[in-house]
Amino acid sequence: MASQLAIQRLNKFLSEKEELEEVAAAKIEKLMTELLRPGDHHFDPVQRIIHGFMDFRMHKFDKNPCLYAQLAQGQSPKFLVFACSDSRVSPSYILNFQPGEAFMARNIANLVPKFNQLKHSGTGAIIEYAITALEVENILVIGHSKCGGIQRLMEHPEDGSAPFDFIDEWVQIGAPAKDKVIAEGIGGDDKQAQFDSCAKEAVNVSLENLLSYPYVKKAASERKLALRGGFYDFVNGVFELWEKHGSHISTPITIPPLHRHN
Amino acid sequence: MAILASTSSSTLSISKDSYSLSLSASTSSLDIHTVSFNSSTIFGSKRKSGKIQQTHFSNYPGVTMKALRDHLGLAEELKTNKLERVVETEDGSDLFEDMKHRFLSFKKDKYLKNLEHYQNLAKAQAPKFLVIGCADSRVCPSTILGFQPGEAFMVRNIANLVPPFESGPSETNAALEFSVNSLEVKNILVVGHSCCGGIRALMSMNDEVDKSFIQSWVVNGNDARLWTKAAASKLSFDHNANTVRRNQSIEDNLKEKHGRISVKNHLLWS
Repeated sequence: MASQLAIQRLNKFLSEKEELEEVAAAKIEKLMTELLRPGDHHFDPVQRIIHGFMDFRMHKFDKNPCLYAQLAQGQSPKFLVFACSDSRVSPSYILNFQPGEAFMARNIANLVPKFNQLKHSGTGAIIEYAITALEVENILVIGHSKCGGIQRLMEHPEDGSAPFDFIDEWVQIGAPAKDKVIAEGIGGDDKQAQFDSCAKEAVNVSLENLLSYPYVKKAASERKLALRGGFYDFVNGVFELWEKHGSHISTPITIPPLHRHN
Repeated sequence: MAILASTSSSTLSISKDSYSLSLSASTSSLDIHTVSFNSSTIFGSKRKSGKIQQTHFSNYPGVTMKALRDHLGLAEELKTNKLERVVETEDGSDLFEDMKHRFLSFKKDKYLKNLEHYQNLAKAQAPKFLVIGCADSRVCPSTILGFQPGEAFMVRNIANLVPPFESGPSETNAALEFSVNSLEVKNILVVGHSCCGGIRALMSMNDEVDKSFIQSWVVNGNDARLWTKAAASKLSFDHNANTVRRNQSIEDNLKEKHGRISVKNHLLWS
C-alpha cells in the first residue's frame, strides 16, 4: 500500500517536473522500479530518507516559499518544548508544531536536570539559548505513557546494581518523582498506573528544576515566561495540560474533556 | 495565566480591582490561591479587547463557572459545584485553546484514522532509526523527513552534537545506550543544518575562561572547528560553518542547503 502510494506520487512528480535533469529522472525511475519489485520487503533506510525529504520538499517547502524564506532569515519560536526521545511522541506530530514554532529538546524521559554547568551543559545550553537568545514565552515539558526511561527509574534495583552505564545516571534526575509515587502509594498495585503517575510527577520535577536556572526564574517571575506540563497518553489518545505558577501546579485540563458521570 | 480553584459548595468571588481571588468557605479538598497581577503586562502583551474567553473543562464534580467579565466589568460569583479552569488573560486562555485544538486535530485526523496502528504502537516501539537533530525550531526531523510515530527514536540538542564516550554521562549518551542496546535500532542518522546558532557560537569562541552553557556544550564540536579553520582559513565565516557541519557528521548524513539534498555526495536535484 505504502509503496503504491509512493509510486503514484513519484509518477505525478515526474510528470509535473518536466525540467528535471536526466540524472534526477533516472534516479527516480530506479527508485520506482525498486518499489515495484514484487516480494521485495527489504527496508532501505537511505531510500526511506530520500522519500521522506522529497515529500517534505514537494508538499511543504516548495508550497510555502514565503514562510521558508522568512525562516531562513531567523527563528522566533514561542515555545521551548522538552519531550521524550520515544519514537511515538513527537510533539511536531501530536501537537502539529510547524517549522519555526517550537525550539525542541528531546531526551530520555523528557527530563530537565537542575542547573549544573559541569554535568549538564547539554540541557543548560538549550535553556540558555531558548531564553536569552530566542526569548521564548512558553516552556512546555511533555511526559507520556509507557515511558521506558521512567520504567527504568521505577524498576531500578534498590541494591544499586546497574547493568547500564549512562541511562541509570540520567533517569535519577526523576528520583523525587519516584519517591513521591512510592511514599504516597499512587497507582496502588497497578504497575502501569504507578509508572504513568511517576511520569507525570517527573514532569513536575522538571518544571521545578527549570526554576534553578536564573534566567528562567527571572523571566517567570516577571511574567514573561510561562511554565507548563503535559502528559500524552497514547494508550487512550488523551492529552493533559497544566501550568506551574511559582510553587503551585494547576489542575490539568484533559483533551478531549472527560465525560462527567453525575 | 490561569488560576484553578476547587471546592465544593463554596462561593468563589473575584474582586474587580486587584484581581485577587479568594474563597469564602472551605472543604477538605480546598485549594486556595490568591494572585494579584497587572493584566497589561502579562506576557508583555496588552489585552486586545475586554473579553475574557471562557474555557469549560469539567474534570470532577465541583465548580460551575459563570461568565467572567473583563477588568472593567463586574465581580462575579462562582457557584461551585464543578472543577473548572478559571481563565484570566487572553494570552493564557488562547494558549490552552490552541493546545486543545492542536491535539484534537491530531486525534481526529491521524490517531482515530489509524487506531489499530496506534494501538499496536502503544504496546511497543521498534524504531528503525535513532536520529540526532538540532533543537532549532526549523529543522524537526519529523517534519523534514516525514518520520511517522514509531519510526525514529529522536535526540535533539544544540547543534546535534554527540559528546565522546570519555566525557562521561550525558543525556545524549543515555539515549544512545537505550536506543542501541534496548531498542536495537539499525540506523543512526545525525542531521546538521544551515545557519546553526550553535555552530556559529562554536566558530566564534575564543579561549575565555568563563564559558557560558552554550560554549561548554558546543565545545564538543571543537575538533571540527580546528580542522575547518586549518583547512579553510581563507574562506568566509558561513562557508567555514558549513564545512564544520559536514565534517562533524557521520558518512551517510543528509545536508540541506538552499533546497538541495545530497546523499553520499550524489546530487538528487536542485
